[in-house]
Amino acid sequence: MELAKKLCNAYGPSGREDKIRKMIESEIGNSCQRMEVDRLGNLIAYVPAKSKDGVKEEKNTRIMVCAHMDEIGLIVTHIDKKGFLRFTNIGGLLPERIVNQRIIFENGTIGFIGVETKPETPKPPRIDNLFIDISAQDRKEAEDKVGIGDIASFHQQAVIINNRMTSKALDDRIGCYCLIETMKLLKENKNDLYFVFTVQEEVGLRGARTGAYGIAPDYAIAVDVTVTGDTPECRKMDVGLGKGPAIKVKDALFLASPIVKNKLVAYAKETDTAYQLEILERGTTDAAVVQIIKEGVLSGVLSIPTRYIHSTNEMCDLGDVEGIIKLLLSVCEKGLS
Amino acid sequence: MLKELSELVGVSGGERKIREFIRNKIEQDVDEIIEDPYGNLIVRKGDAKKPKILLTAHMDEVGFMIVGIEKKGLLKFSTIGVLPQVILAKRVIIGDKSVNGVIGTKPIHQMKEDEKTKLPEVKNLFIDIGVSSKDEAEKLIQVGDLGTFDTKYREDGDTIFGKAFDDRIGCHILIHLLKHTDLPMHCAFTVQEEAGLRGAGIVAFRVRPDIAFAVDTTASGEWPSDKDIPQYPQIGKGPVITVADRSIICDKQLVSLLQATAREQNIPYQLKKPMIGGTDAGPIHISRKGVRTAALQTPARYIHSPLSIASKKDIELGIKLLACSIEKARKEESLWN
Repeated sequence: MELAKKLCNAYGPSGREDKIRKMIESEIGNSCQRMEVDRLGNLIAYVPAKSKDGVKEEKNTRIMVCAHMDEIGLIVTHIDKKGFLRFTNIGGLLPERIVNQRIIFENGTIGFIGVETKPETPKPPRIDNLFIDISAQDRKEAEDKVGIGDIASFHQQAVIINNRMTSKALDDRIGCYCLIETMKLLKENKNDLYFVFTVQEEVGLRGARTGAYGIAPDYAIAVDVTVTGDTPECRKMDVGLGKGPAIKVKDALFLASPIVKNKLVAYAKETDTAYQLEILERGTTDAAVVQIIKEGVLSGVLSIPTRYIHSTNEMCDLGDVEGIIKLLLSVCEKGLS
Repeated sequence: MLKELSELVGVSGGERKIREFIRNKIEQDVDEIIEDPYGNLIVRKGDAKKPKILLTAHMDEVGFMIVGIEKKGLLKFSTIGVLPQVILAKRVIIGDKSVNGVIGTKPIHQMKEDEKTKLPEVKNLFIDIGVSSKDEAEKLIQVGDLGTFDTKYREDGDTIFGKAFDDRIGCHILIHLLKHTDLPMHCAFTVQEEAGLRGAGIVAFRVRPDIAFAVDTTASGEWPSDKDIPQYPQIGKGPVITVADRSIICDKQLVSLLQATAREQNIPYQLKKPMIGGTDAGPIHISRKGVRTAALQTPARYIHSPLSIASKKDIELGIKLLACSIEKARKEESLWN
């Protein structure tokens, strides 16, 4: 699981995926025929169909498997006289969850999130009541390290306790990990496979759209995290940690193709993998835009049940992660038709 | 030309007069001219194939649509990009017949106490064109007619005052580049930006650019503030480069290129406050397989209101920055090959 930790610890908020992409490139170089980085920064790895006897059909079915590289983050909007930074969100941030957290910029500058403490400061605070302290003495010293428009991610090392992993960026580095492991384990595949590590999911599913347009797949599977309903007094949700991969039925913007969803369920049964069906009321993932690209793409989602999503301590179960990899392998080896 | 562009009426969905004006101005200066089915005006100058660079500016402005005519000839309306805060008691001009009117508000004598401090909702407002019956009104106005503020343009030294600077200033900049440079490029004058960035995606799909610049106008931030938070951008301090807004995280290399060009040419520039607003750059960058896209904006005070204030110097510097950046981008093959 060292790789999963490494991926989770890497810097890569939306629009600043260079570092995480390079890390993934070096992991998958030997597991694909070729790699391409498109203009938005998606990493697309191509694995052509191959069978035991080496015979390849003329027109292969194309399957796109994607997970997003980017994570939520912060962007600097102001630097004040004393060298404190004001910021706003990149992706869905809850201000009350990020107070006192550590953050890091692309150039390695580390900062801490503080909150105004006047009696009239709203509770919970709004994002404009927060600031970043990078230990600068004044504006000039701060400006030597960061500028307006610089983007930070959270800075929190991943830990594994009792087969559960906690990190600032399980969303969606754990999905990237599942894709990488699947690529490494893959022995034969009936279809042409495109493993796509997408950019800018958290700001509006932007990378998946251009990635899918270029590939024009017949089928697509997105791998991403989903929320659970198994913590005290939480919003109702019939997905829990440790109960196996979640096969998505629907979310706020997406209805899974019944063909794909049923095939995923069939593979789970075939491989004796525990699974859960997921209906997510709020939120969505890359599959929502891939599904309606060009003439349409039969699409499904495999979700890793995850607690505390969009906090600096997202938690998942490694047994569920294994289950996802198993199902992905079935999809890649045997296809979805 | 700024005077004419500012005073012409062209609310989202009704850009005909602007399109005709621009077409007349540039017809002699371009090699190909297309009006697409949606109303966008797309032109090509020179052998603009490698790299294919697209500049866009939107022709439409904020305003109103007439949605009903009352018994006494008063007009009900819905708004496009404006709020009650800026429209009360303002002179307006409506429809093909350029009918003059005013957004009616009760005189102070007739207001109830609570009406004196409360902002009315748009649904309770009306436009008065000085008639007394529905019949009279129907001779001049149809449901669906578009209107906007009736504002005359004026200049005072470097400062310009007028309506629709968002984005007729952008149109002015593109026209200027087409007339006074030999840069091979595509320019598009787009429709319906203010109604939801609708025209630009269609343009990008047709043109398939390698690189795109959205040329727009942005709100300056010269408001008094009680916190120690520097306000920006300001008029007269140079064109504004966007790092990220609600519609796009601009291509990092293009942003760097704009900044480097500005430094080399001694052009002052400002950064836009991150994550505010959106421009045509949004739909363009996620078109097809993705487009490297940036946005360059002219700061103006009080956009989306009857009267904006901007600086001619900012416009001239914006033109220079764009021209030099395009030349530089053409030489940097890594951006487009």
